[in-house]
Amino acid sequence: MLSRRLGRWLRARRSSIAPRKSRKTAFLRAPLCPAGHLPRKGPQGGRSAVATAITKLAPAVLSLAMLLTAWELYARFGDIAPTILPAPSRVLAQAWESRAALAENTLPTISATLAGFACSLLAAFVLSALVDFLPRLRRALFPILIASQTLPLVAIAPLVVLWFGFGLLPKILLIALVTFFPMMVALVEGYAATEKEISQMLAAMGAGRWRIFWLARLPSALPYFFAGLRISITYAVVGAIFAEYAGAAKGLGIYMLSAKNNFRPDLVLAAVAVSSALTLALFGLAVLVQRLAMPWENAKSERAGRDDKAEPSGEGRP
Amino acid sequence: MTRLELRDVRKNFGALEVLAGISLDVAAGEFVSILGPSGAGKSTLFQLLTGAIRGEGEMRFDGAPLDGARFAFMPQRDALMPWRRVIDNATLGLEVQGMKRRAARERVAPMFAEFGLAGFERAWPAELSGGMRQRAALLRTVVQQRDMLLLDEPFGALDALTRAAMQRWLETMWRSHRWTALLITHDVREAVLLSDRIYVLSARPARVVSEVAVPLPRPRTESAELAREAAAIEAGILDTLLGLADPNSRSSDGETK
Repeated sequence: MLSRRLGRWLRARRSSIAPRKSRKTAFLRAPLCPAGHLPRKGPQGGRSAVATAITKLAPAVLSLAMLLTAWELYARFGDIAPTILPAPSRVLAQAWESRAALAENTLPTISATLAGFACSLLAAFVLSALVDFLPRLRRALFPILIASQTLPLVAIAPLVVLWFGFGLLPKILLIALVTFFPMMVALVEGYAATEKEISQMLAAMGAGRWRIFWLARLPSALPYFFAGLRISITYAVVGAIFAEYAGAAKGLGIYMLSAKNNFRPDLVLAAVAVSSALTLALFGLAVLVQRLAMPWENAKSERAGRDDKAEPSGEGRP
Repeated sequence: MTRLELRDVRKNFGALEVLAGISLDVAAGEFVSILGPSGAGKSTLFQLLTGAIRGEGEMRFDGAPLDGARFAFMPQRDALMPWRRVIDNATLGLEVQGMKRRAARERVAPMFAEFGLAGFERAWPAELSGGMRQRAALLRTVVQQRDMLLLDEPFGALDALTRAAMQRWLETMWRSHRWTALLITHDVREAVLLSDRIYVLSARPARVVSEVAVPLPRPRTESAELAREAAAIEAGILDTLLGLADPNSRSSDGETK
């Protein structure tokens, strides 16, 4: 309700500022002019994109605000001890007070997450390519990989720390354990989704297996890969925190553990908020990279939007 | 001068006999069509020619046994890569042949106007209409400058109106270039409009049941007189095809390649 009103308000503002040259007419015009037929996002496109983003985000922001308000009211007037359930305002205040310690413990978590995820990504790519070239390897590997996903992290994390110490290595291994599989499966499925006719045509052109992999199978796997990436990147921070929880010198995981042991749920929750923000940022980064890596997907959706307004030009003469 | 020559080409997939002795030839600068019911093994024949599969029988090109890269192949549907811009789709064959991307682009760019794609070099395939996509696919095929074009039902996926327009366009293009071309189709009208000669195949196992010359003058889209003659040839071919289709002899396999 409120979001719709907000969107309407923004649209009204925009039309009052800019002369009425809406996106609709820009799309109609665009294909007629050669060379520049790709509708570039001008300042107007940018502003309307911001408006759309706000309209889209409003419900999420609203529901979160309502949740926090309810929590605040309950914690404040419900006669609950702050050592049991601290109010969000208290969490925020305490987080600000211990910001130095939080930051100090966040950095190792970030570097562990990034290092672990990078290793996992590399391994997923190399192994998926190998499996694509050697189908027998797939039959040998997949049962082990699926079994690896059944290991309970709670049990395996202390063991990995026991074997590999308190350094970066056990964290990389644990992050790889939880993030590797979705990307590997996505890539393998993506290769298989290559259009048969494209492969046939490349073979008829004289391309060998490696060429076909590089020119057709790998790009075909991109949408699948990014779907897997978005799933697994949300596991990465959790994996890092689990690894630190089991044993580390510094990091959000060990920080949460010691805060809990000191009866400071407000600081535990502050660390949780930081880790959520981290995950959200990584997810956003993944979406951004996908947009940059696959510009043709944007073109597709733009064309789809254009089609229900007008028949695209270009079929002037057949 | 005969370029492609097939003598008694056969192919079985296990117990399934697909091609039961196909003999045909294509002369230089000639447009030949292979017309047959769905599932007759037309695409199998193209796979044999491009070397994707092996069969029995004799396949010769310019008198020598068929080897390697003689054909530029245009598959069913357009097989444009959605992640490459139109110009990079067009250069694909040249790049596979080892040409640098930049040189390939320079070679291809002047041809965009003739294919009705001027101004769309930097567009993504998803931004093109169905007819434009087919023209881009044909451009990608002919720039390879191979000895012969293999067209596998190139307009099968288009709507009827766009298909008719594309057939006329291809006829015009062929008149100015005189490519040696072999077209697979199950569209009788398309075959008559485009071809110098038509080989009519039987249902599976496929054999050549008749060879029809199309002596109509070009361009073929002009007069009503021509249209009448074309209609007569079409009717003859249809009779041959439908006379063959005995619904009791084989169950419909529903192949819709």
